[in-house]
Amino acid sequence: MAHSTYIPEVAHEANQAQIAHRVPLLVRLTHWTFTLSFFGLAVSGFAIILAHPHFYWGETGNILTPPLFSLPLPTMLGGPSGWGRSLHFQSAWLAVVSGLLYLISGVASRRFRNELLPAKQEFSLGALRSCVADHLRLNRLVQDDGYNILQKLAYLGVVFVAFPLMILSGFAMSPSITSVFPWMVEVFGGHQTARTIHFFLANLLVLFLLAHVTMVALAGFTSRMMAMITGRPAARKEMQ
Amino acid sequence: MSETLSRRKMITRGIAAATGVAGLIAADRIAGAYGLIPPDSGGVWGPGETLTYAAQRLLMSHHSMAREFNRSDVSKAIPVSGEPPSAGQYKELLESSFRNWRIPIDGMVARPASFSIDELKRMPMSSQITHQACEEGWSFIAEWHGVQLSHVLNLAGVSPAAKFVVVYAYDGVWDSLDLADAYHPQTFLTYGLNGNELPTRHGAPLRLKVARQLGYKSVKFLSRITLTDSLKSVGNGKGSISPDYGYSWYAGI
Repeated sequence: MAHSTYIPEVAHEANQAQIAHRVPLLVRLTHWTFTLSFFGLAVSGFAIILAHPHFYWGETGNILTPPLFSLPLPTMLGGPSGWGRSLHFQSAWLAVVSGLLYLISGVASRRFRNELLPAKQEFSLGALRSCVADHLRLNRLVQDDGYNILQKLAYLGVVFVAFPLMILSGFAMSPSITSVFPWMVEVFGGHQTARTIHFFLANLLVLFLLAHVTMVALAGFTSRMMAMITGRPAARKEMQ
Repeated sequence: MSETLSRRKMITRGIAAATGVAGLIAADRIAGAYGLIPPDSGGVWGPGETLTYAAQRLLMSHHSMAREFNRSDVSKAIPVSGEPPSAGQYKELLESSFRNWRIPIDGMVARPASFSIDELKRMPMSSQITHQACEEGWSFIAEWHGVQLSHVLNLAGVSPAAKFVVVYAYDGVWDSLDLADAYHPQTFLTYGLNGNELPTRHGAPLRLKVARQLGYKSVKFLSRITLTDSLKSVGNGKGSISPDYGYSWYAGI
C-alpha cells in the first residue's frame, strides 16, 4: 500500500510532539481560524439583535406580544442586521469548517480520549475539592501533566454541548432547514424559544472566552500564546 | 527535522494547494451549471452566501414543506413593517378598490397574460397556516389564502430555458425566486389573510408568500411577474433590491 510508508513518519512525529508537549499544527491552525470566526459571530450576533432587542418564549413573538425580556439597547433598523447576518453566516461557515477539522483530528489522534476524557478517580470529591481550591488560590495554573478536571469539563462542555446546541438553535430559526427537519425547532418548543436559547448560549460562550483568556493571562500570556502560535512555549518560562 | 523531510513536506503542501485551487475552480464551474450560485455571489459576503445557498439546494429536497399550524395557533395581531405607497398609480388603484388592477405575467412564457383579482380568485384556492419570521427577529403565525404561483406559471407556460421568476411591486420593491421556490406548493399569490381580504397594509391586492424564506421575500403590492433565464441584466443584477440595502437575495437562512 502506497501510504503505509508514511505511517511510521506520522507516528514518529506524534511521538516527538508528545515528548516536547508540542501543540499540533492542526490544533493551532483551527484555534486561530476559530478565534476569527468567534469574533465575527459575536459582533454580527450583536448587530442582528439591534434590529429587535426583545426576546420571547414559544413559537411567535413581536411588538404586539409581551416579551420575556428586552435589552436596554437602541433599536436600529435597516443596517446592522443586513451586514450582520452576512457576517454571521460567513463566520459560521468558517467556524463549522474549523470545528469539523478540529473534531476529526481530535478523534483520529485520540487527543480527546487521552487529554480531555476525565479518569474515574478525578471525579472523587477530594480531587474535585483540591482542584477548585487550587483555582481559587491561583495555585498550580501551569501543569506539565495535562489538563485538570475543571479544564476537561469546561472544554468538553463547550466543544460537545454548547457549540452543537448553538448550531442546532441557529438551524431552528431557518424556515428552509426546519421544513426538512421540523424536529430541530420542535425540540426547543418553538422558533422564538430557539432564538432566546441561542442568545443565552452566546452569552455563555462569551463568558467562557473571558475565563479562557483570563486563565491564559494568569498562566503566562506570552508563553501560552507562543505555544498556540509556534507550538512550543516561549523559551523562558514566566511561571514555575 | 531533517532537510529531506521539510522538502518533502513543501512538495506535498504545494501539491495539496494546487489541488485545492483546481478543486475550487472545478466546484465553481459545476455549481454554476447546476444553479447553485446565488445572483448576489459577488463581493465580500459572496463566499458565505454561495455556501449557504448551494448547501441548502444540494442537501435539501426542493419540496420540503414549511411547518403548518392549527387555526388556534394564529397570532391575534400581526405587526407590519413599512407603509403602502401613498401616491402615484397605487393610490389611484386603491381608491377604485383595485377595479382596474391587473397583474401581467410575461418574459420567457409561451402565453403572456394578465389577470384581475377576480380571475385569480376563480382559480383553485389554497390556504396555509404558517410561521413567518422577519429578518429583524420577530415572528407571527397567520393563515394565508391565494393561488399557488405554480398554477399561474403553468397557465402562462414557462419556457424550459427560464430559470427565475421576477416580481415587481408598486412600492419599488422587486425580487426574484429560483424555480425550486417558485414551483413550491407553499409559494402563493396571496389575496386573503385569516379568512378576510388581504388588508392594504399587508400588501393588497396581491402579495407573494414564500413559506420557506424570511418575511421580506414575501413581496407586497405586486404589479408584475416576469420570467427570465438570467438576472444579470435585471435591475442591479443581484436578483433583488434587497442587496442594495445589505440584505441577501436568498433568505431561506
